[in-house]
Amino acid sequence: MENVCSINNLVACLVQSGMNPDLANLLTALGGVVLVATVPLVTVIFLIWIERKVAARVQDRLGPNRVGPFGLLQSVADAVKMITKEDITPQGADKFIYNLAPIIAFASVVLIWAVIPFTPLHIGADLSIGILYFVAVASIGTIKIMIAGWSSNNKYALLGAFRTIAQLLSYEVPLVLSLLVPVMIGGTLGMQEIVRQQGGMWFFFMAPVAAIMFFIANLAETGRAPFDLLEAESEIIAGYNIEYSGFKWGMFMAGEFMHAFTACLLTVVVFFGGWWGPGVEQIPVLGFIYLGLKTAVIYLFALVLRSTVPRVRIDQLMTLNWKWLVPISVANVIVTAFLLQVIKALGLTPQSGDLIAALPQTIILLVGNVLLGVVVFGFIGRVGRAQRAADQAVQIHTDHDDHSPVPAVGD
Amino acid sequence: MAVLNEWAFIGVFFSIAWLFPFLPILGARLLAPHKPNSIKQATYECGVETVGDTWVQFKVQYYIYGLIFMVFDVEIVFLFPWALAYKQLDFFGFFAGLLFVFFLFDALVYAWRKDALEWV
Repeated sequence: MENVCSINNLVACLVQSGMNPDLANLLTALGGVVLVATVPLVTVIFLIWIERKVAARVQDRLGPNRVGPFGLLQSVADAVKMITKEDITPQGADKFIYNLAPIIAFASVVLIWAVIPFTPLHIGADLSIGILYFVAVASIGTIKIMIAGWSSNNKYALLGAFRTIAQLLSYEVPLVLSLLVPVMIGGTLGMQEIVRQQGGMWFFFMAPVAAIMFFIANLAETGRAPFDLLEAESEIIAGYNIEYSGFKWGMFMAGEFMHAFTACLLTVVVFFGGWWGPGVEQIPVLGFIYLGLKTAVIYLFALVLRSTVPRVRIDQLMTLNWKWLVPISVANVIVTAFLLQVIKALGLTPQSGDLIAALPQTIILLVGNVLLGVVVFGFIGRVGRAQRAADQAVQIHTDHDDHSPVPAVGD
Repeated sequence: MAVLNEWAFIGVFFSIAWLFPFLPILGARLLAPHKPNSIKQATYECGVETVGDTWVQFKVQYYIYGLIFMVFDVEIVFLFPWALAYKQLDFFGFFAGLLFVFFLFDALVYAWRKDALEWV
């Protein structure tokens, strides 16, 4: 066992064969980085294909079907085309920052993959503060849009960037608040440990409200429809990346596709049990497949949402965040904290990660979440009815004032 | 040592992550044509020449959202240690967290009342 060299004991193996331990560590880290970073680089090629295919099917089209089997190589052909396209730098652009933005855009997403646990054994770096690392690295994405929009010296770009910054900043609040709930239930910030805690029961069943909040906030953070205001073709042409062309533009798009996928991956890791699945403890590599399958389901759901839901207005976007998502997430944190104390007082905290032990805790948390959901939907109904009544009052009022046919507000 | 290794990995990752997007861009620079002229490089705007400076003072609404975000983000950072140690805390810990979140929420209600959340 000891003298079998594999990827799991590479450091020990290299040291045994007479290498300096520091150098061995560095080399292993380097190899790991390249390995971890290759996964998103390869995935993104197929993500673009899937995205176009799903959107096409929803709109009753065929989608890419010429290059390769089922059009699978379309993205490769696009990349080859893009690399031969002229790269135009607009006059008056802040050159250094202008060139820096696409690099940051791509790198910031690749960096998230460092803390994704693929299988029980394989993770880039199992940091004890994995969740905080994700929050920190994901917010670099905001900076790239700011500097891209500002340095382009284009009014559309700046307008798009300002909008996007407002959106990304706002939706980071419910995103991080909903991450507090699994941290409370699991009692850890490490990604691998959070997945391990879900051996008995996925956190989705203990905190469905937090999971849904996390998903919605992630849709907005990655600029997916219905929150794709950052590219709003009809109003600001393309937003912050309007002046970019060639492969620099390609880097923005690749980063965006990858970010959307990474967000779904994170949802699975934190709420849907990550690599857990039947037989994963005997054959750890199976975890990779389970993780991929679960992520594919969430990602396809996000894609169908993207192609079916219309884009919201910016004031609706902000209202949804600050007047609904943020209060609900705060309430959710409080409710979960209270229920966890109740569970502790009743002595129901599970010690091991099996299903039966986790069941009482899950039921109590689930009931609390459902009650919170009922209250929230009651509020939504009341506000909606009040709004409709106000709209009708305005309509009747205008009808009585002058008898000209005025189009009603809100119709 | 194990902890140090994890951070060494992150360090290596940070120092070479920029290479992944940089190399294709460099490749494009070598392969793509490069014939700039002043019309091609003009600022893109629909059909008209751009008027005035782009980098002007901007609407205050965006900054207000930025400020509210700051309040929340800083307070959430303080909530993370609380959430992490929550399983070891008793009901006093719950009420301490409740008070903290109350002040956090108070700021939101204040902003709401002052109509800072209305998009104008």
